[in-house]
Amino acid sequence: MSFTHYARAFYGIVWRELLRFMQQRERFLAALVRPLIWLIIFAAGFRAALGISIIPPYQTYITYDVYITPGLLAMIQLFQGMQSSLSMVYDREMGSMRVLLTTPLPRWFLLLARLFASVIVSLFQVYAFLIVAQLLGVQLPPWHAIWTVPLPFWPHEFGLVIPPIEYLFVLPALILTGMMFGALGMLLSSTIKQLENFAGIMNFVIFPMFFASSALYPLWKMREGSIWLYYIALYNPFTWAVELIRFALYREINGTALAVVVGCLVVFLVLSVWAYDPSRGIQQRKVAVPVTG
Amino acid sequence: MKKETSGNGSRPVPVLTVKDVSYWYGTKQALDDVSFEVYPGKVTALLGPNGAGKTTLFSLITRLFDAPEGRIEICGKSASEWGARALGPLGVVFQQPTLDLDLTVKQNLRYFASLRGLSRKEADERMLKALEALDMQERINERVRALNGGHRRRVEIARSLLHSPKLLLLDEPTIGLDVPTRSAIVRHVHNLARTGDIGVLWATHLFDEVEPNDDLLVLDRGRIVARGTAKDVVAETGAKDLGGAFELLIGGDTEEDIAA
Repeated sequence: MSFTHYARAFYGIVWRELLRFMQQRERFLAALVRPLIWLIIFAAGFRAALGISIIPPYQTYITYDVYITPGLLAMIQLFQGMQSSLSMVYDREMGSMRVLLTTPLPRWFLLLARLFASVIVSLFQVYAFLIVAQLLGVQLPPWHAIWTVPLPFWPHEFGLVIPPIEYLFVLPALILTGMMFGALGMLLSSTIKQLENFAGIMNFVIFPMFFASSALYPLWKMREGSIWLYYIALYNPFTWAVELIRFALYREINGTALAVVVGCLVVFLVLSVWAYDPSRGIQQRKVAVPVTG
Repeated sequence: MKKETSGNGSRPVPVLTVKDVSYWYGTKQALDDVSFEVYPGKVTALLGPNGAGKTTLFSLITRLFDAPEGRIEICGKSASEWGARALGPLGVVFQQPTLDLDLTVKQNLRYFASLRGLSRKEADERMLKALEALDMQERINERVRALNGGHRRRVEIARSLLHSPKLLLLDEPTIGLDVPTRSAIVRHVHNLARTGDIGVLWATHLFDEVEPNDDLLVLDRGRIVARGTAKDVVAETGAKDLGGAFELLIGGDTEEDIAA
């Protein structure tokens, strides 16, 4: 197969995911509303109750809404990763996965292209959320605006800053974390036998990962409250995805977070490719079950 | 169209070779030492009751499963040696519908064309031609969800032909369709095989889809129990038609059992 063939197939897979995403406006709204509820309601309540001390990467005291924003970005990506997993299970049940798997391209490439497509969709959601959060007055990093648009009648004194350099700096971190969650979703999709089982799996994965992490509270504060919860959060890959995003927003690289995210990405991806390999048992059982003849 | 021939200059080169293929689900044997060939320009009907192993065989040919025993070659390329690249000359219509319901006909076909490495321009030209042949060109901008079962099947057939395959696999493509639609699809595929020099492997349990000169394989409990042209198989069994021959070959199961 030529490079052109690979490029066209990659484009086709991403294009299809984007088309599907654009046709599902409710999905986009849900992806936006979910973290906004956390930001507007939950953060407003906790802003007064919970003080955040100065911990890296922060140079000064920050408000709680600023603290939880990286966690909410990771939450958007985790949901997208699971949504992508649901989409793969749906494609398998509806049969369109067969069309993909019977093309003359290696399976690792097809899975990687699906993964990238999912990451691109998650980036649209993340940046839309960042813009809305900014309009709501969440001041993330020290601004280095290229262009500031004053908005008439908007209560926020800074208007809309387009684009803060930090939003671009965080992009590689978001790609990595998006890929890690996408690969986790892909791995899960290889183990889920039926679409009906998906809701249970989502609850089993998303909520424990989100709550037992540094998304809502810093690890040191968690340690004061519960030592076992602290250790669960410490070994939770979601914590390190949040920290990678948090530090990247301030133009810093958290080495441990980067190592954990890349390590988990490689492990999830290798296991996914293994699970979807035609010579392995998992995919064979999946395909064999619903058909006759 | 000139047919490719083997070294001796007389026999055409098969587009599909299945040799000594066996397959097990755990301890249950689904295929037992299956061997056959499909030639360009010919429709090979694969007739068998439910559970005979037809879909397993298709899954092995399309590499959804790996064949642990035996050899499968598509246009001389073995999947075990060439991997996914062996699937290049293959077009497939699965038993289960595989179109994306929320996309239009055009979007579905463009997606498939990109997976096959076709440019947007090539894809658009070929899809128009393929849809025209199936009288579906006016539905090109409709969402698949809005199409009836027969039209969806036609779109799937058009899709399977976009990349000009040399081998077309059809796994019970007319199941659930009305008689006129079935007849139109059967005619179209036979015509394609003849004029396009495509080798077709057509799994079915509907006898009227098999023409007397088609190559026929009868699969029962994972084994090929008869082979030859359909008219020769009928003559060898002494039955009056293909239904009767089939009943004799698979040991008394009726057509109703098969269609169940």
